[in-house]
Amino acid sequence: MSRLHVSATVNGDATDFLCDPSASLLDALRDQLGLTGSKEGCGSGDCGACTVMLDGEMVCSCLVLAAEAQGRSVRTIEGVAEGSVLHPVQQKFLEHAALQCGFCTPGFIVAAKALLDRNPDPTESEVRYWLAGNLCRCTGYDKIVRAVLAAAADLRQERTPA
Amino acid sequence: MNAPTKFDGAKPAYRHVGTRPVRPDGVDKVTGKALYGTDFKAPGMLWGAVLRSPHPHARILSIDARKAEALPGVHAVATGKDFPTLQSLVMHVGEGASDIVDVARNCLALDKVLYEGHAVAAVAAVTPEIAREALALIAVEYEELPFVLGLEDALAPDAPLLHDDVFTKGVEPKPDKPSNASMRVEMGSGDVEAALATAAVVASGRYTMEPVHQGYIEPHACVASWNADGQAQIWCSSQGHFAVRALTASVLAIPQADIRVTPLEIGGGFGGKTTIYLEPVAMILSRKSGRPVRLAMTREEVFRATGPAPGAVIDVRIGAAEDGTLLAADVEFKYHSGAYPAVDAGAGVASAIGHYRIPAARVVGTEVLCNRPAAKAYRAPGAPQVNFAVESAIDELAVRLGLDPIELRLKNASGEGDPQTSGVPWGKIGWTQCLEAAKAHPHWSAPLGENQGRGIAGGYWGNYGGPSTVVVSLAEDGSFVVATGSPDIGGSRASMAIMAAEVLEVPYEQVRCVVADTASIGYSMVTGGSRTTFATGKATVEAATQVRQLLCERAARMWNVPAEAVEWREGTMHCISGEKAGTSISVARIAPMVAHMGGPVSCVSAINANGWLPGFGLHICDVEVDPETGHVAIVRYTAVQDVGTAIHPDYVEGQVQGGAVQGIGWALNETYIYDHKGRLDNPGFLDYRMPVASDLPMVAAVLVEVPNPDHPYGVKGVGEVPIVPPLAAVANAIHAATGKRLKSLPMAPDRVFAALHGCA
Repeated sequence: MSRLHVSATVNGDATDFLCDPSASLLDALRDQLGLTGSKEGCGSGDCGACTVMLDGEMVCSCLVLAAEAQGRSVRTIEGVAEGSVLHPVQQKFLEHAALQCGFCTPGFIVAAKALLDRNPDPTESEVRYWLAGNLCRCTGYDKIVRAVLAAAADLRQERTPA
Repeated sequence: MNAPTKFDGAKPAYRHVGTRPVRPDGVDKVTGKALYGTDFKAPGMLWGAVLRSPHPHARILSIDARKAEALPGVHAVATGKDFPTLQSLVMHVGEGASDIVDVARNCLALDKVLYEGHAVAAVAAVTPEIAREALALIAVEYEELPFVLGLEDALAPDAPLLHDDVFTKGVEPKPDKPSNASMRVEMGSGDVEAALATAAVVASGRYTMEPVHQGYIEPHACVASWNADGQAQIWCSSQGHFAVRALTASVLAIPQADIRVTPLEIGGGFGGKTTIYLEPVAMILSRKSGRPVRLAMTREEVFRATGPAPGAVIDVRIGAAEDGTLLAADVEFKYHSGAYPAVDAGAGVASAIGHYRIPAARVVGTEVLCNRPAAKAYRAPGAPQVNFAVESAIDELAVRLGLDPIELRLKNASGEGDPQTSGVPWGKIGWTQCLEAAKAHPHWSAPLGENQGRGIAGGYWGNYGGPSTVVVSLAEDGSFVVATGSPDIGGSRASMAIMAAEVLEVPYEQVRCVVADTASIGYSMVTGGSRTTFATGKATVEAATQVRQLLCERAARMWNVPAEAVEWREGTMHCISGEKAGTSISVARIAPMVAHMGGPVSCVSAINANGWLPGFGLHICDVEVDPETGHVAIVRYTAVQDVGTAIHPDYVEGQVQGGAVQGIGWALNETYIYDHKGRLDNPGFLDYRMPVASDLPMVAAVLVEVPNPDHPYGVKGVGEVPIVPPLAAVANAIHAATGKRLKSLPMAPDRVFAALHGCA
């Protein structure tokens, strides 16, 4: 089977890769580009561990064909921090111990950042429903929700709730 | 986030224990840099794939892989015949014992397949696409056999036998016929029937559930590279790389020292990653191809072929006097072992009724083989199932006697010195303190709304200690490295750094932690059994203490004073007597010199940690039941637990919250569903419905601290206890809301609706 040549912008860099026509964007990111921060937990769009931004829209990269990235902009967990400066969502995940094994964490952080980019002041319910497509088996979500609310407050430059 | 409740006098003045610093591996994990099972690549690596049985029970007549081998890009094919001939050998690695013959056959079937999804053959190819294409070219001829899934069906006299060489263990004399009952465990004392006859009230019933899965988000994965000289490397995520080494070496009949297992980060395990599935298969493919080989499961493979927790049928009768004094308990349960003998029944028996003083009791557990994937440990393995029945019955007694359910439990609660079911007395346990803390918690007296109900349940888990090796080394600038053999599954690097920094009296950031591979540190048992912070923590404290002593000796030598003249304070050595009294040197100043002044400072603690204590918890659950749909919403949840001492309270709370939510999922939604042909119908997260964020409220974790006198900082294991009480806590809350006692899990909307509207 011949391979497809795809040109895309990945985390701000112009990037080219070859992929099988059946390959998912997640496979291409992980296996062709070495961006293994996005995880495969299910391959069916149910766990959200592979969440990335495609032209500013949140998608499960396991449900997007790699070829569909042609000419588009992809942002992954590796592109969330500004250089060595962590995004407030990342920082609050650390401060609130919002991860145990950490496997689902990249997907949660990409999804939470997407929420705060469009809604800087979400309620607890809004956070819970926005993140309902991301599975975490370790934390019971309590500390994740608190971290996202704290990151929102931080981004609004308010005092972090305890 | 609450401050822990102390029950043992004044809090010792710790500088790090009980603080909440950022975990040392945190930045790697929030930036996507941390490498998990499928993230590792070796140069020249091939991609493997596994062919699995479509039948629940069948004889393998032949496997023809010639077409697959001929496909361009395919470098190796493996079948069960590639394993060496093995003699039965029971190994105690992971959680519980396994026979290596069963382990090998589960990795690749030999004569028979025992469940749908049982691995039959594997290939390695240059791309994953070619590997999958090759699987389709392997022709397997099966002779289908009758299969059995249900517990009672499997015990019927005419049931299809999975193994003709399994005779029920624990029965004297040994049965003369093989059966699917692989083990029977019984404990208890007293005349149960006579005592039940005197009871004012007897709560009785049959409680049932199907298997559930651990549900870790990271599928199993490994890379193996087996060289021509017989030496090999494996990179994988697991709860114990020493267990991976021991099991893999044993099933391949090679020396353990020939395999070096490097632990990658682990994406959840909950007991399910204490065994091997892929590693020996990847090894065989690597030996045949001469290349490193990656094997990784899909989510569907994880559900079909890795260890669920057993389903259960539990019959319970518990009798009480008019005043609520418990008089007798009779508990008999059967657990699914799946395809091979498992060991949950023993723990189930020990975890059933030991939290109460009951003068006459009989607890019997039976392990039952059936055509399902081999059961594996799942967080407090064997305890939640039987606890569901017992704590539902205790709730029924409270309701029927008109007693407060906390008071009923307090009246009968076991304390230090009371006998466990085995007769051995309990040590310094904190069960009563949990009940008192729950009674005092505002949740217990909060008002309820319409269609709402409140339930409680208590439970416990024995925890464990066991072997751990830790090396604490001084770097040349006065910083320290702690190397352990315990995979970090939820913040244990942070806990070890806290404990070492506490001993050394240096800043937390001056101590860093690594999880070392099997060739770089001594044997350490799995991260499981809630043992790591206790046992590996104990070894960390011991090794750090040795480092401290050694540095004091070096300072004494430098000052030419006796060792006892040197005291360690705040990471600095002080001379406290003699003519050098008042002299001091910091660890940062002595560190560059010590290697050339007596040798490098690096101390090992290799211990078998004894003195662990069990953990107890009491959960309060509020539900709201929708009478029109039967949907149950958890509206408030509080989990109270005795944790000994919380080293890093955030991660202790996280264990309690996460365990409670796994239990809520088990109670309300999760279950294995098989079709009439013995095939799993819901092998994905869409239909195997684990809790998501919008299903839940915040989960209040109330940490009660009754310190363990046998740990330097009082640690008790915390990870497993919190999954024990939720099943009954949710059921008891549903009863409080509706008057209906549900005895089958999950309590999904259809079952609740049927109970409400009498159409069960």
